[in-house]
Amino acid sequence: MGPPIEPSELEKYRPQLLKFAMLQLRDPTSAEDAVQETLLAAIQSGVDFAGKSSVSTWLVGILKHKVIDTIRRRSRERPLELSPDDQSPEDLEVLFKDDGHFQDPPADWMDPEAALTQRRFFETLERCLEDLPKNAARVFTMREVAGLETDEICKEVGITATNCGVLLYRARLRLRSCLEQRWFGGDAARRK
Amino acid sequence: MKLTCKEAARLISEGLDRNLNAAERTKLRLHVAVCKACDRVSKQFEFLRRAARQYPGPGEEREK
Repeated sequence: MGPPIEPSELEKYRPQLLKFAMLQLRDPTSAEDAVQETLLAAIQSGVDFAGKSSVSTWLVGILKHKVIDTIRRRSRERPLELSPDDQSPEDLEVLFKDDGHFQDPPADWMDPEAALTQRRFFETLERCLEDLPKNAARVFTMREVAGLETDEICKEVGITATNCGVLLYRARLRLRSCLEQRWFGGDAARRK
Repeated sequence: MKLTCKEAARLISEGLDRNLNAAERTKLRLHVAVCKACDRVSKQFEFLRRAARQYPGPGEEREK
């Protein structure tokens, strides 16, 4: 066993953890609670984190479970309220021509896997997620960040599979174009 | 019936959330095989999934 865990050393990860929780929960109180529970669980685990190469990865791993617990607990209390926009992908119509072709065909992202090793890429992804419409962001993060099954998401937020599909489609198309603009577009070329 | 890009993009997204039926799969395959734009969309949607699962990305290495 290494030295005992110093709670003060874990504190410095709080801002990063809060951001992660906030993005998925979109509610300061629930996010604070999830982070608090995470830090507590980390301390109580008695794990020798001096031996961990990345404490933040370890903490995020714990937080992921706390976020899923919170989502499950709260969805039942607060079903998602659909706006008319949520039910039809009309704002996405502008991305297509009348004949169904893309207005601006997607660009070649070259080597997207390389982005996954870069911290700044994930900061960009975070900003793109923050810019999504609220319900699209909520369903997308439940599906893709938390990794819940679509059936479970629809049931928990109380919407139909079709509405769920529209929200996910909207999130994906908007994230795609956001990342293309802010990461895989001209900026990326200039960064090289 | 052939798919438009608009219909194909929607099906590509749905395919990540449910099992497409045989007819949908066939139509989509035929479209993506000849459409560069939708082939990219398909790869980019899958990439979004990998990126989201890895969010918040590489952790800070500890100083020894």
